[in-house]
Amino acid sequence: MQSHECDIVVVGAGPGGSMAAKYAALGGLDVILIEKRAEIGAPLRCAEGVSKKWLEEIGVEPDPAWISAEMDGAIIVSPSGHTFKLDESHAGNEVGYVLERHLFDKALTEQAGKAGAKIWMRTGATGAIVEDGKLVGVHVNRMGEEMEIRAKCVVAADGFESQMARWAGLDTSLDLKDMDTCIQYRMANIDVESNYCEFVIGSAAPGGYIWIFPKGNGKANVGIGVQGTKCELGADPKVHLDRFIENDPRLNKGTVLEIIAGGVSTCPGLEEATADNLVVVGDAARMIDPITGGGICHACRAGMYAGKVLAECAKTGDFSKDALQPYEEMWRDRMEDKLWRNWMAKEKFATLSDEVLDNLVMAIKDSDIKEVNVYNLLKVIKEKYPEIVDEFESMI
Amino acid sequence: MKVVYEKCLHCGCCVGSCKQNAIYLNDYVLEFNDSCNKCRRCIKICPVGALSLEGE
Repeated sequence: MQSHECDIVVVGAGPGGSMAAKYAALGGLDVILIEKRAEIGAPLRCAEGVSKKWLEEIGVEPDPAWISAEMDGAIIVSPSGHTFKLDESHAGNEVGYVLERHLFDKALTEQAGKAGAKIWMRTGATGAIVEDGKLVGVHVNRMGEEMEIRAKCVVAADGFESQMARWAGLDTSLDLKDMDTCIQYRMANIDVESNYCEFVIGSAAPGGYIWIFPKGNGKANVGIGVQGTKCELGADPKVHLDRFIENDPRLNKGTVLEIIAGGVSTCPGLEEATADNLVVVGDAARMIDPITGGGICHACRAGMYAGKVLAECAKTGDFSKDALQPYEEMWRDRMEDKLWRNWMAKEKFATLSDEVLDNLVMAIKDSDIKEVNVYNLLKVIKEKYPEIVDEFESMI
Repeated sequence: MKVVYEKCLHCGCCVGSCKQNAIYLNDYVLEFNDSCNKCRRCIKICPVGALSLEGE
């Protein structure tokens, strides 16, 4: 069997993995980034809506090549159809661009390659190599050939499936209530507002929401997430989404160009995202925002932090859990409070009736909210309906 | 486990949901290992209803 050696092996060339590979390579490390699939960023598993500010934070210049549409705002639709529309000046952080993910992901992987990382396509991790209780690399299958990659540290960036960390001994499994199962249609020939992301809440999407994220030229990503515990029909996301589209005159004459699906975690993030010779980033580390389901920005940040910390660790050759602690501190400082707060909010919102959700949307509509983000929405709710947020009001 | 591949979208929902880490998505094929305890989580959350237990 072939055996390869490197400093760092990164499992998964999504945004988190590519960022980790890029920054580790920039730090002078010998990096192999492996991707199971035959194409970076495809098939898509994403609604593609992101905010704008974080791109600067991760040092990525916005490029029209991977931006489908720029948003002017957002529309929140209550169960009985009350809408709250936020224009650009009030839209805040939660909307910004709708990306073309298969090109965005490729751009980040390209940057990792430019920084010096080797990219191995069609190479899937199949297990951890553990010797004397120590993680020393990964078993892979590269274009049908079994081989091993030995490394000083493994970066688990394998997304929602999150198998690499589990093979290496970390528990990344989810409670059913802390995951949403999603399906999305890329639709054309529909009549939706071209610069507003729409969010439909309530029993149309039990425990989750329906989104319509415009892609320009009469196209949009129309999708749904349903909370795992609320699945009871068989194929719940598809059943609910088909019903919604059938009853929406803007959509029901549209053309479906693509069907995709995927899982989203809605928990606060792993208790431990490191172990000896192991770093977990992005969706694999459950870093998705439990309210919005957004995870690209978190994955990119975490990947960047991981790459930088690995470059530091290389100076002493120590990739132990202790040595990797700066990574834990960086990602937790940046996002853990918000993940926890939004997880608690999600836990509460998932229990609310359509009637209460209607009232909440009305309350938000009547407020003079200046910048819309989850924090500000929760503040309005706290003023009008303190009982809804009393379990986590100290975080608002 | 039985997989209806005409429905499966290879999304990995089942893989990530599996407490036993018993499922591997090999591109377009799902492989189940012996640690599957028939808990039905993957059946419940499959977005397209592609999974069922053998014989059901």
